Amino acid sequence: MKGIISYGAYIPYNRLQRSKIAEFYGKRGLGGEKAIAGYDEDSVSMGVEAAIDCLNGVNPSEVDAVYFATTSEPYQEKGSMATIATALGLNKNVRGIEANASLKSGTSSILAAQAQEKTLVIAADCRIGAPTGQNELWFGDGAASLLVGSGDDVVAKIVDSGTMQGEIVSQWRSQRDDFTQNWEERLGSTVFLKQVREAITPFLEKNDRTPDSIAKVIISGPGNRAHTQAAGALGFGKDQIQNPLFDFVGDTGTAHAPMMLISALESAKPGDQLLVIDFAEGLDFILFEVTDAINSLESRKGVETYLSIKSDKLLYSDYLKWRDILKTEPPRRPATERPSAPALHRGYDQNLSFTGSKCRKCGTAQFPKQRVCTQCQAKDEMDDYRFVGQSAKVMTYTLDHLAAAPAPPIVAVIDFDNGGRIICEVTDCSPKEIEIGMNVEMTFRRLYEAGGISNYFWKARPIREKESV
Amino acid sequence: MSRKGISDKVAVIGMGCTRFAEHWDKSVDDMLVEAAYEAFNDAGIEPTDVEAAWLGTYASGLAGITLSGALKTQYIPVTRVENMCATGSEAFRNACYAVASGAYDMVLAIGVEKLKDSGYSGLTRPPVPTDGTAPNISAPANFSFLAPAYYKKYGLTEEQGREVLSRIAYKNHYNGSLNPKAQYRNEVSMDTINKSPLVAAPLGIMDCSGVADGAAAAIIVRTEDAHKYRKDPMYVKALSIAAGPGDGRLRQDFDFTMIKENVAASQAAYKEAGIKDPSKEIHMAEVHDCFTPTELVIYEDLGFSERGQGWKDVLNGKFELTGQLPVNPDGGLKSFGHPIGASGLRMLYEMYLQFQGKAGKRQLDNPKIGLTHNLGGTPMQCVSFVSVVGKELS
Repeated sequence: MKGIISYGAYIPYNRLQRSKIAEFYGKRGLGGEKAIAGYDEDSVSMGVEAAIDCLNGVNPSEVDAVYFATTSEPYQEKGSMATIATALGLNKNVRGIEANASLKSGTSSILAAQAQEKTLVIAADCRIGAPTGQNELWFGDGAASLLVGSGDDVVAKIVDSGTMQGEIVSQWRSQRDDFTQNWEERLGSTVFLKQVREAITPFLEKNDRTPDSIAKVIISGPGNRAHTQAAGALGFGKDQIQNPLFDFVGDTGTAHAPMMLISALESAKPGDQLLVIDFAEGLDFILFEVTDAINSLESRKGVETYLSIKSDKLLYSDYLKWRDILKTEPPRRPATERPSAPALHRGYDQNLSFTGSKCRKCGTAQFPKQRVCTQCQAKDEMDDYRFVGQSAKVMTYTLDHLAAAPAPPIVAVIDFDNGGRIICEVTDCSPKEIEIGMNVEMTFRRLYEAGGISNYFWKARPIREKESV
Repeated sequence: MSRKGISDKVAVIGMGCTRFAEHWDKSVDDMLVEAAYEAFNDAGIEPTDVEAAWLGTYASGLAGITLSGALKTQYIPVTRVENMCATGSEAFRNACYAVASGAYDMVLAIGVEKLKDSGYSGLTRPPVPTDGTAPNISAPANFSFLAPAYYKKYGLTEEQGREVLSRIAYKNHYNGSLNPKAQYRNEVSMDTINKSPLVAAPLGIMDCSGVADGAAAAIIVRTEDAHKYRKDPMYVKALSIAAGPGDGRLRQDFDFTMIKENVAASQAAYKEAGIKDPSKEIHMAEVHDCFTPTELVIYEDLGFSERGQGWKDVLNGKFELTGQLPVNPDGGLKSFGHPIGASGLRMLYEMYLQFQGKAGKRQLDNPKIGLTHNLGGTPMQCVSFVSVVGKELS
């Protein structure tokens, strides 16, 4: 039976306390914090990170298809599927499609996955709410990834599912809009409640489920209250409502329902029934039953660990600069040139999957790929060697105040424990933390956008373990 | 002469050097004319006596026509050379070899750079199309890697390290205060250096060389012809350049406490010049003090100090004007700034003045053997140049 084989999540390191936004505008504060994609992150880089978490313990060559759901694609024209597939080291013949625009694309992708295949669903969003508005407060950035398929290793099987198309203009962003617009919230929440009653009540009856037989109801609805209204209308108690992550992450768009689902799976027991309801111009609804396999799933970061890997020191002004809302004086350095498309083309396999070479004669690992070995000078005796997932340490470092970057980047010499050296930026790290010998891992990032071209590559980040529970 | 090497085969009979400064009112042409004519006059020759020229410029003009157009040389060969920050030295090296080969009797080596027209701080590089994934690290950041690695290996505290780097900057500014051609002609206090704003931690702005425009030139002839022009020419004892394979970027055994290219270039030069103990046989040196920790590791790379002892030699004054081996008596890149194409020739100009006793307030006591060192790139991968020059024939 079709279901979820594996899951993974990504929440960007930086969190913005909502009180800082209110403070800036001299308004009364709102509680909690929202996750903020760094200046070197976007929906694609976050999606890749979530997928890496999801594929922990999975052979990437088993993936048959990838569905990437987002409303914040880096390009209007030009897909990101090949970037994602190469970064993850998937087969070249992997099928893929990008589901855009609808906020329920994440759950729609789960439904579209075929039972006899392994489909990697990635949902990621990085939406910008207009300054001073509700959306700015509620939107958060994040990503979720689910490996969907069949077999004994399904941790949550799909008992039944359905979709309701129900056209409504309650939240929208046209090609010309910088920011998301909303009709008054009452319209969306009223229509949502009506759709839930029409669709979910018969769905539960059909499947012989009463509200009290459901462990968690996972609702991504319009606004920040509709989910409790809908749960109440269906007869669910407060403790059955899956936390919508508003206080820690915010509404992550297409990734919202999938992230809540992952959060539910993280504390689920075999036999638990999970009901997902995802709203956007209608509903997707899925009834999951958790299986015994959940107990043997390899540990991963997931939502739970990423929630605790964070810095809440971000200034609102930094956020405004990173999103290009606040225009600032450029550094007195030449602007970043757009990358050469032919040079990118030659380097995709190396740069996106972070694959270097290892000398067959002397065993020295090196990045980037070399024709002549740096150690023994043997020519063309190299095998491909992937550095992703290899443990590494900071050999030395500096803080480059002259660099043309939104913040003075920490640049470090990184030595991999199994050989090989690179010099790269250390991201998600404060200058106070960096030290020689620090353990780091590689993370997929968007280095910059120049000439409309997003250039993706890898950076180092400190290895941060979950705070002890 | 059938023996290998350049030693004593060629001599410099005239030199010129503009003041290094923010020359808002001078163009590349102006600086080339000024440096070249000072050299012509110094050598007592006519511009038309020059048979070929080598122009060093990193990014202030393309091809030989940058020089021929400025000087109106009459259809003689002019070669533009570029070897990053060793560009000026590379122009000199190629010019010397051309004379030594017998192809020409008299040539001009000249270097120029106009940095202040870009509007940017620090050096900028001409755009080469790439995939854009290599980290865009500023020059001070690249060289700042040296400091923490050196401190750690030799057990210096941050405070000791700061003191050593500041003493290097202090020395070079002091020397520059005695030099009318320097960009900065004032002493700078240790306190100012210690407290300067960070550029690339732990380096502050006062650990960096300045940004200036300038040009410098040399007239080169075969040694046997030198005395036709003057009785006190400068003889070339060795010219060496080492281009690195990038070990520092790729290999873990590179520990950032030295620059391998410096070692290779200096060893080759010492062999060519017949120098056994550089710390005793070399009387003065102009080295590439682009940043203070660079000068620190250069002392050790070039054999002026034992490994791990350079910092102690700084503190005991070995490299000051009154020390055993004065380094950067003219004030170095620190006081002159670093107009890339000109710097290598500016270093040779100081050797030339010192040999002739024309170095004014910073005149050393009858130096006979000098060394210039110039590097281009990063500690991880660079071209490193070393020359040995002398007052007398061996």
